[in-house]
Formats: sequence, structure tokens, C-alpha cells
Amino acid sequence: MKAAVGILAVVALASVPLWLRDPYLMNALITTGIFIIGAMSLNLLLGFTGQLSLGHIAFFGIGAYVSALTSLGFDVGLPFGLRIVHIPWPPIAGFVLAIVVAGFCGYLVGLLSFRVRGAYFVIVTISFAEVVRLVALNWVELTQGPLALTNIPSITVGLPGLGDLTLRTKLQNYYLVLTVAVVTYLLISRLVHSHFGRSMRGLMENETLAVSVGIDVTRTLTLAAVISAGIAGAAGSLYAHYIRIIDPEVFAFINTVTMVIMVITGGKGSLAGPVVGGLIFGLLPVFLRPIMAPEAQWIAYGGVLIVILFILPRGIVPSLALRFAKPPKPIEARAPAAFTERDAKEHA
Amino acid sequence: MTEAALTVEKVAVHFGGLVALSDMNFSVGEGEIVSLIGPNGAGKTTAFNVVTGFLQPTRGAVSYRGTALNGLKPHQIAGLGLARTFQRTSVFPNDTVYDNLLIGLHRQSRVSFLDSILGLPRARSSERRLRERAGELVEWVGLERRGHDLAGSLSYGEQRLVGVALALAAEPSMLLLDEPVSGMNASETHTFVQLVRNIRDRGVTILLVEHDMPMVMSVSDRIVVLNYGRIIAEGTPDAIRNDPAVIEAYLGQGAARA
Amino acid sequence: MSQFLQHLINMLVLGGTYALLGIGLTLIFGIMNVVNFTHGVLYTFGAYIMFIVVHQLGVNFFLALPLAVVAGWLLGAAIELTLLRPLRGSDIDTTMLVMIGAWIAMQSGALWIWGGVAKSVTTPFPEAPLVLGPVSVSWLRLFVLASAAMLIVLTYLLINKTKLGGAMRATFQDRDTASLMGVNVDLIYTSTFAIGSSLAAAAGALLGPVYVIFPQMGDLAAVKAFAIVILGGLGNITGAVIGGFILALAEELGAGYVSSGYRDAMGFLIIIAVLIFKPTGLFARSERVG
Repeated sequence: MKAAVGILAVVALASVPLWLRDPYLMNALITTGIFIIGAMSLNLLLGFTGQLSLGHIAFFGIGAYVSALTSLGFDVGLPFGLRIVHIPWPPIAGFVLAIVVAGFCGYLVGLLSFRVRGAYFVIVTISFAEVVRLVALNWVELTQGPLALTNIPSITVGLPGLGDLTLRTKLQNYYLVLTVAVVTYLLISRLVHSHFGRSMRGLMENETLAVSVGIDVTRTLTLAAVISAGIAGAAGSLYAHYIRIIDPEVFAFINTVTMVIMVITGGKGSLAGPVVGGLIFGLLPVFLRPIMAPEAQWIAYGGVLIVILFILPRGIVPSLALRFAKPPKPIEARAPAAFTERDAKEHA
Repeated sequence: MTEAALTVEKVAVHFGGLVALSDMNFSVGEGEIVSLIGPNGAGKTTAFNVVTGFLQPTRGAVSYRGTALNGLKPHQIAGLGLARTFQRTSVFPNDTVYDNLLIGLHRQSRVSFLDSILGLPRARSSERRLRERAGELVEWVGLERRGHDLAGSLSYGEQRLVGVALALAAEPSMLLLDEPVSGMNASETHTFVQLVRNIRDRGVTILLVEHDMPMVMSVSDRIVVLNYGRIIAEGTPDAIRNDPAVIEAYLGQGAARA
Repeated sequence: MSQFLQHLINMLVLGGTYALLGIGLTLIFGIMNVVNFTHGVLYTFGAYIMFIVVHQLGVNFFLALPLAVVAGWLLGAAIELTLLRPLRGSDIDTTMLVMIGAWIAMQSGALWIWGGVAKSVTTPFPEAPLVLGPVSVSWLRLFVLASAAMLIVLTYLLINKTKLGGAMRATFQDRDTASLMGVNVDLIYTSTFAIGSSLAAAAGALLGPVYVIFPQMGDLAAVKAFAIVILGGLGNITGAVIGGFILALAEELGAGYVSSGYRDAMGFLIIIAVLIFKPTGLFARSERVG
């Protein structure tokens, strides 16, 4: 049943370019898709481990810069007379490196900040993102600072038998983003249904008990942070190669807030939540633009975030799911084999 | 007494100037059921937390089957085969009873991260085994009717049973129960005593902290009595029942529960 | 050497206003356990009140400061009553996200009403600075320092010498016990948030005329306030004052001797370093709070 809805949704999204010709809307859909990938990665931390990372855009931005610099090449001086000269590599290598480097940064932040929890974790993550932004702004030799990195090449993929294909058009980028988004969704779904996912849930619900049944807090949370950061880095790479210009403003706190709003509205801890919330908040500006000034739109977003937290604190998807949920089936007494089988199906 | 499984030697715990435990010595033999009793604030839960690594002792040493536990983290101690239950928070409230046990079976899963992401056959068969095991555990503690209910919606007594099943999920060689029957009615307590014996008969050593004296007297092989952070008596239930120091300690508190 | 002395003077002026910001936030964070993301907006609000009162209403510059404090108090009380009181008992993440929503809405509101163009406030002080040997300091900055010092002392007296302050301290120690002892916790929360907000508004009203006023000016101020709170320890007023001066010194020295581009990175680096090495803050008392 759930799988059918998923396949239907993917088919519907895949058919969009067949009937939608408006380049402005296509552009909105592509950037929305990229942000949805970011929101899904944020949801992994926020919704499945309960850690509110408000510096999430740092991993996205690091992915964007790493990918752009890998494919553009650079030549920077370091202290002690060292120099690093990098010859441009294909963008797809940038994409992979973006995931690796962002994931590594996630590891560092995870190691450091899981020593502190709650409000302090939030503040550490914000600070991390701001420090990275200031470095991007001031390390002009590497990043061009506020002048931005321009002419970032589009992603080229090698197709077996067809040679290389450079993804320049909106149509091609749309399918690229859709593919990465679907892969991300499946990856996160597998993860949260595996025993790693159960460890995360256990920690979120009752840390003391989780520890006593042998769950290693640091390892579990760090792993979640690495995967989450890696996915955000992938989204950043897609962004850099699609927009083809990035500046330090990519690290702006407001971008993290956008992802947070997507996750909270859609429903944290629900796989489909960030997708639904992301589609709403990614496409809302398209419809609001003719009738509202950008400032007024942001007032509305802030207001919507507050209203959602007051009236639908669990978010749209879980609230709907609860509404349409069938009453739980009673299970037969003394039939472990039977209910194992059925559960295996349900959880597959 | 048989060979000692758990040994607590000269353990002291100080919180600032407050002495929660002073110079505590006792041991639990393989396959024994030992109870730790004492009036409120006597240091029972502190002793428990020291043994399970949630608290580091100020002085002294704890060892289990020859391994020193000092400095180990709770999840490492769990890995040595010591499992515990908690007084208050004994379940993962937002998961079903069944999923609670799957979380508890964490250590039984020997699947690598990549295997489970890629859904390799090894991961699938491991998952199948875990699900079977979870089913068995639910049945063992008698909660099969509640398997698909959220653990948070269960009665107090039922949540205690989930807590025990969770501890058993780690396949411990020793089980530490922290006031397991508080909040249970008489018939639930009676069933629980049967369960504890049943667990011991499978070779699991048990250390129990409990207020319910009839329960303690009926289930224990040996009893250790704490008061004001020190051990005042130790012996069989019959010996403890007639020990003047114990009677004094409980009557002195004005709340003889025995 | 004279350059170092000049940095010290600048540090004193900045540190005073930073301390105000920090005290406001540490009270709210410590007593209410709310991570107040609107603190920076209140700072911006105070600066705009200064601008409106002086330039649009034509009121005397010296009267504008108390008016900004009162306005900040009112806005803070309004935020607490409408957004935080209904969420009493919610987890810290929920209130934090609501505060983020309020911050976004209010900052965008400021941008909508007043536009993005920076504004400056004319002051009655002479242009020529006061020269003391090798260092110089403008009269405006001296006024800022004196006012900040006065407000810090007033807050200190309020917390330590009044009945309200006593109730606030009791609530900080243990909310449930305070409530059993007859403290009206709801009233304490509203007062705390209002006082904290009025201090943020005062800091904005003082520093606004020194620099320029624009809608996003509060963002960095909020981060600095968080750095100060973390440095000084949760709910610790003396710690917040010292933290304010340490941050100002770090910024002055960082800007003077490293690179002015990294001036604003100091706050963040302090936050990260303190949380890694001494999560309870430099001046935390022995008992753990929160």
C-alpha cells in the first residue's frame, strides 16, 4: 500500500516535464528538489535522533564549495610556503568528494558536539556554520570571497554505450535531482528500518534505557551525523553545478531555517514529511511572488512555522497518517512464527 | 556459596560532602538470586548504578567474572552480559512492545552497516532471526496480547515486564532488577516471582533491589541489607527476618514494610 | 603600546553593551530554559525606537533611551504572553523553533516597514573626540559606556535587592519549590522575558547611534549574546558581565592583530571552544544547572 503510493508519487513527479514547459516553474522545481534532499538529511538528525542541528546549511555549503573547487581547480598558498595547485577534475568527482568531505565535517561536528546536548548542541551547530561562512568570505584566494565562484561546469555523466552526457538543460537537471532524491529517500528509509535506525529511535525515546541495552551513544549519533552531512553535501554539489555560481551567502542561516520549516511542517521523523513540507515551502514563493513582497512572504513563513507548532506540532504527514490509520489489528496469542512473518512483510 | 559472579569490594560513593555509600562489600554467586534491601535512601539504587556503570565509585572496585568494571561505560558493561532494568523509565514509550524488543536486541545483530543498507541476504536473515527472537521474548514475559500496542500505553506492571524482556534481549548472564514489582498488584507480583525463578533456572544470576518484603523473602536465596550507605546484615531470608539490626533499621524509619 | 591602550578603551565601550545583551539572555535562558532567538530582534527594535523617537517624533536624544527600554519591555512581555505562555511545559526544541519563527517574522517585518537602507541617528555630542594622552574616545561612546554601566548596576540591584528579584532567583534554583513557596511562576516568567528584552533593546538603542541601524543588525548581536551566556555560565549575571568584556577584548584584539574580517568570528570560536573544553562556562558554580 505504502509502496504503491511511493511509486505513484515518483511516476507523477517524473511525468512533470512532459506537460510543464514553463522554465521558471521548472527552475523552482529543481531548486526545491535540491532543498528537499537537504531537508531529508536534516530530518535524519532532527526526526530520527532528536538532535536539532541548526548549522545544517554548513554541510550543504561545504559540499557546494568542494564540488565547485574540484571541478574548477584552484591554486592557493598555505602557511610555511606551501602551495596547493589543483587541476580541474570532472564534476562527478566533485560530487563524490562533496559527499566525502561534508561527511567528514559531519563526523567532526558530531564528535565534538554530542558532548553537549540540547540547546548547547543547537548553538554549536549554528556557530560552526557561521565560522565556515566567515572563512568562505575571507579566504579570497581559494573562494573568491564575496566575488563568488563562477562558471562552475555542469555535471557530466558517462552513459554506457552512449558516451558522455553533459547535463546542461533544465530537463536533464530535473531528472538528475529527482534520481538523487529518490535514492536518498530509499537510503534513509533502509537506514531507519535497519537496526541502526532502531538504535537511533531508542536513544531519542529513552537514552538511559538505550544505553543499558548496549547501544553506543557516540557511535550511533556520530554515524547519523556523518550520513546526514554527506547527503547534505550531495545536495550542495547538485546546487553548485545547477546554479553554476556560488558565494558565501549559501551559508546564510536563513537557508537552514528554510530546511527546518520544511521538516517541521511536513513532519519530523516521518520519511515523507520533508518531501511534503519541501514541496509546499519550495513552491509557495512561486505562487506568492505575484501577490506579496519577499519580506511579506518571510513574515508569512515565520507565522506559518509558529502556527504549525501550535496546532499541528507533529507536522502534516504524521497528523494525516494518524487520521487515516486503521485500528491496530489484534494479534493471535502464542504465535510468534505467524506474527514474525506478517511483521516481516509490513516492515519490508 | 558457589563461585562468585559479581564482586563488590570496598565501594564508596560520595556526592560532594554527602556519603551515599561507604565501604560496601558483597558478592553474588553464579546462578544465585540475591536481594539488596534497605529503607528509602539507604543507597540501594546508588549501588545498582555503580555496578552497571551509570555511576563511577569514589573508591573501591567492582568486578564481574574476573573483569574489572571500573571505568567502563554502561553499554560496555551490558556487553559483558550484565543487563538491568530501571525503576521509572523501563520502556521506549513511542514504539510498540514488539519494536521495543527489536531495539533491545541491538547487540544480537551482527550485520554490518553496508549489509543492512544494501539489504543483502545476510542482513535479511539476521532480521528474520531478530524478529523471531523478539516474538519469543514477548511470549516469555506473557505480553503476546499487547505486542502491537505502544509501550507507553501499557499499564505500569506491564511496562515493568517489557523492561525485563528488554534486559533479557541482551541475553545476559546476570540480570539486575531495580524495584521490579512496585506498582504491580498481588497477582501480577505472583506471576513475576514465577518469571524470576524461570529466568534463574535458565542459568541467569539475579540481583534484585526491592521494597516489597514478602516478594523478596519468597524469591531470594540471600539478602543483603543496607542502611545509611553501609551493610548492616547479610544472610538467608530466615536469618534476615529475625535479625535485630534489620528490625531496628526498619522500625527506626517508622515504616516497617515487612 | 598606545595602539593596545586604544583597543582597551574600545573594549570597555563595546563590553558594556555586550554585557547588557548577555545579562538579558542569560536571565531568560537560565530562568525559563528558553533559547531566545528573538533577542537579536529586540536589539534591532531598540535601535529603531531610538531612530523613530529622535528623528520622526523629534524627542530629545536623552529621553529616547528610557523610551526604548520601556518599548522593549512591552514587546518582550507581549511575546511571552502570546507565544511562550501557551507552550508552557513543551520541550525546549518546540519553544526554540517558535522563537525562530517569531524572529523570522519580526525581522522581515522590520525590513518591510523600515526598508533595507541603513539609517543613522544624529546625536547631540560634539564630533571631536576626547583625547587622553595617546588614546582618544568619542563623547558618544563615553555616554554609551556610562549608560550601560548604570543599567548593569540597576539590573543587579533589581535581581539582588528586590522581592521580584528574589522570586526570580528562587525560580532559577528550583521552579517547583518556588511555586510551592507561593511564587507566581507565570508572572516571574513574563517579568523575566520582559526585563531581558528591555536590556536587549537598551543595548540596541545605545549601539545603534554608534554604528548604523538596519534590520539584520540583531543577528550578530544575538550570536554574541549566546557566546557571552555560554562563556559566563547559564543564569550567571556576573559571569555575563565578565563574558561581555572578554568577548569585546577578543574581538578588538582579533580585529586589530589578525584580520578585521574575522572580528565577528570571535564570538563563534569562543562558543565552540568553551563548549568543547568547559561546557559549564568559565564561571560556573559547582552545581550543575539545567
